[in-house]
Amino acid sequence: MSDLAQARTFDEFLEGIWRQNPVFVMVLGMCPTLAVTVSAVNALSMGLATAFVLVCSCGLVSLIRNIVPKEVRIATYIVIIATFVTVVDYVIQAVSLAVYEALGAFIQLIVVNCIILGRAEAHASKHPPLTAMVNALGMSIGFVIGLLALGTVREILGAGTLFGFSLFGANFQPWVVMVLPPGGFIVLGAWLLLFAALKRRKEARLVAPGGGHGA
Amino acid sequence: MSTPAAPQPQATPATSLLKTLGLVSTVCGLIIVGAYQGTYDAAAANRRLALERTVFKVVPAAKSMAEWQATPQGIRPAAGEPAAGAVKFYAAYDAQGVLAGIAAEGAAKGYADTVRILYGYSPACQCITGFGLVSSKETPGIGDKIVTDREFLANFEALDVKLNAELSALANEVKAVKHGSKANPWQIDAIAGATVTSRAVGKAINDSAQLLLPKLVPELEKLGKKPS
Repeated sequence: MSDLAQARTFDEFLEGIWRQNPVFVMVLGMCPTLAVTVSAVNALSMGLATAFVLVCSCGLVSLIRNIVPKEVRIATYIVIIATFVTVVDYVIQAVSLAVYEALGAFIQLIVVNCIILGRAEAHASKHPPLTAMVNALGMSIGFVIGLLALGTVREILGAGTLFGFSLFGANFQPWVVMVLPPGGFIVLGAWLLLFAALKRRKEARLVAPGGGHGA
Repeated sequence: MSTPAAPQPQATPATSLLKTLGLVSTVCGLIIVGAYQGTYDAAAANRRLALERTVFKVVPAAKSMAEWQATPQGIRPAAGEPAAGAVKFYAAYDAQGVLAGIAAEGAAKGYADTVRILYGYSPACQCITGFGLVSSKETPGIGDKIVTDREFLANFEALDVKLNAELSALANEVKAVKHGSKANPWQIDAIAGATVTSRAVGKAINDSAQLLLPKLVPELEKLGKKPS
């Protein structure tokens, strides 16, 4: 692989993690992001399950991109995505019933996660398999980071634990709202606020070089 | 002079569409069947292990278990499909193969969804000796206290489920009562703030015990030794 191609592939990889982060920048896939992030373990399992589906389906979509007529492409992509979701559903049942119970219907709902169909349509159907899978892997890691950012904060504040380990001892009074649905919105809002503030600061620095404030 | 019509895009032939869809479906079908076959044993073992763990939790002396069913004609070891109207339960045996207790499932509507529990029954004291959660979607931090709240769990150290003189039903209905108003050994002191979930546990035990115990108690000696 030439240096240029290598750099481009690496760029594809970083795209999803930072510049196009599905949670914090594109605000996609909010259903699992808000619903399953009551604990770090749930967030991580959901992220990994989605990552598996995303990378595999993008690989397969890219592999058959030249033989799929555009008239039937959505049907094809959905069948492929649903296939890998079914596989992940079986695998989680075989690995851990506790995780399967905790994630509940949200495993099956990965089928309609817009990040995956979005990647298949916008990227994988136009790029060769390796590039498509690298891009999908970057997106997946970005999604896992997004879910973990919510899951860890909500678990620490709402249950006083992290990955199940108690952090503050027995006298900790949990902030229960954090593990309820409103807590998901509050924590997501706080993260989006932080990212928006960082972006604004960076833009201000670009407008007024030399470190001065833009306004 | 008329301008020449723009070239019409060629319609994709139906056979090509069908071929693509057929090919993709076949490949996807093979992947799904492969995954199903590959994970079936592990998933079944996982489910069995989870059930065993819950049974051993509600009957602490248990070292092994056997599945039985109570039918209108009496109790018998479960084999194959359960008969209509049969109630499934688990006989738990200690290390010597002597009956240590009975475990049975109960379910009732909670706050969010059905709360499914497994409870342990001790024939010696004719009481419930503990319960474990099979599945629940109760509110984290509120309804899910039913498995962590010590005061609540103390209700199930010896919850009275004696039968009436005719052995046709429980002598006293098991019921969750408002926090702090428990007066009898067959009542459950509800968790303040999680009354609905506490009631669901009471109702699940009551409904299941009313159905199972009148059939089970007269034939308890059948369970005496572990069937080899």
